[in-house]
Amino acid sequence: MRSEITVTVNGKPVVVPSGTTVAVAMMLAGQACRTSVSGEPRGPLCGMGICFECRVAIDGISHCRGCQVLCELGMQVTTEK
Amino acid sequence: MRTGNASDYREVKQMNREAQRHFEILVIGGGPAGMAAAARAAEAGARVGIVDDNFGFGGQIWRSESNGARSDNGKKTESSQWVERVRASGAIALCGLRVVHQPEPGVLLAENLDSFYEFTYEKLVLATGAREIFLPFPGWTLPNVMGAGGLQAMVKCGLPVRGKRVVVAGAGPLLLAVAVYLRKHGAEIPVICEQASWGSLAKFGLALFSWPKKILQGFQLKRDLVGIPIAANSWPLAAHGQQAIESVTISRAGKNENIPCDYLACGFHLIPNIELPQLLGCAVNSGFVQVDDFQTTTVPSIFCAGEPTSVGGVELALIEGQIAGLAAAGRRIEAKSLFGKRRKARGFARLLDRTFRLRPELRSLSLSDTMVCRCEDVSYSRLRQHSSWRAAKLHTRCGMGPCQGRVCGPATQFLFDWNPDSVRPPVFPTRVETLAAITGPSQLQHSEVTGGQS
Repeated sequence: MRSEITVTVNGKPVVVPSGTTVAVAMMLAGQACRTSVSGEPRGPLCGMGICFECRVAIDGISHCRGCQVLCELGMQVTTEK
Repeated sequence: MRTGNASDYREVKQMNREAQRHFEILVIGGGPAGMAAAARAAEAGARVGIVDDNFGFGGQIWRSESNGARSDNGKKTESSQWVERVRASGAIALCGLRVVHQPEPGVLLAENLDSFYEFTYEKLVLATGAREIFLPFPGWTLPNVMGAGGLQAMVKCGLPVRGKRVVVAGAGPLLLAVAVYLRKHGAEIPVICEQASWGSLAKFGLALFSWPKKILQGFQLKRDLVGIPIAANSWPLAAHGQQAIESVTISRAGKNENIPCDYLACGFHLIPNIELPQLLGCAVNSGFVQVDDFQTTTVPSIFCAGEPTSVGGVELALIEGQIAGLAAAGRRIEAKSLFGKRRKARGFARLLDRTFRLRPELRSLSLSDTMVCRCEDVSYSRLRQHSSWRAAKLHTRCGMGPCQGRVCGPATQFLFDWNPDSVRPPVFPTRVETLAAITGPSQLQHSEVTGGQS
């Protein structure tokens, strides 16, 4: 049986199955991972840690690649500006 | 299956604190080539470590499928067999770590979110895999426009696609595999757009008869593809949407067509990850790491296997990985016994290259305001004014963002025939604490000299 985890994305709780990456949690929450230099919303591109488009702030640490980090209980994730 | 990977991740965190950090053979990359190298080397009795940036083994192709997965006929999948073999071999798993720098020969610096680690080695096997080639077109920066492998990776990591419409486009056999995978997970695939012509696809199909295993896989794939329209001579022209993609215009055998969709999964075949081999001073030829019969690079203590030496798929990667692992462990006779198999598998790499070579028309997909460098938001028109990658970097910051040109480098190589620069440390953006661990400017200097041979 797979358990569920609640993480907070831009201040709102999101429930995801365990084993879900942070990048997927952002997509499920309908939130951009980051805002580009010219202000465009961006989401994951390569899915494998190469492109850095899914970088987010996790528990206050910025520049985390959301696709390489699994959701953990109580994680606070925010769109990177 | 995925929870298995999560427990791997915890286990590795534990190991990182306790494990001795010296390895007779260190393998970088936990995909098929790296797993094969680590297993064969450890089985030969060497102390082996295997480092991967992801939280579990399998690389991209076998991501999240590796823990006891069984195929439809109830047999353990090839990926599960290899994962079990690596675990049983005694090789030490170092997952969730990316290698950023070589402070001195024989020493690698790696980091994760929490800390950094220094590993020392006698022999190194580089199995750094490949990434998708992304070509810029209007709207490609919209959320939910992803790589073909990129979207598949997201689904493997928990993204539900049931009931979603996904247009799959680009080049290469990965598109077919991804489309089948997505449909199995409930997605609707209105079309697969392949830029290659029907002629070259037909030749590819015929040539598959030379590889009995491939043709079997081909028949399976053909069954799985029933009902998914495949359009040759076709590619995406523009993605449209406000906050995310809502539709895509494709050029379908010369005619434009607009297709509403939730995702566009788009990649133009693969390019190897050669940044780390280059940093370590391994010579590169036409974009691939140069190796001898035993998979040895031009640096005698460093071996290389899998996609960095030629894009040839899982079968070739497994053979090359085994040869590299055996050779690194001094088992040259056993390594030699695999040369024949490798010769055959390399033929498939050449066939892939011939079939899916990108057609020149794709150069006109970028319009003047299309962003080419996504990290620094540099448009096509700004880049067009420059004569080289270096000039473009200096004037526009193209390629100087966090991806360090891994996305826009191959794109500008295709669009403008620019050659990438030499690689400089660190090969990935790094935290300050990790940088501080590099003990002094003289060594940074040294690595720049040895790494700059591209």
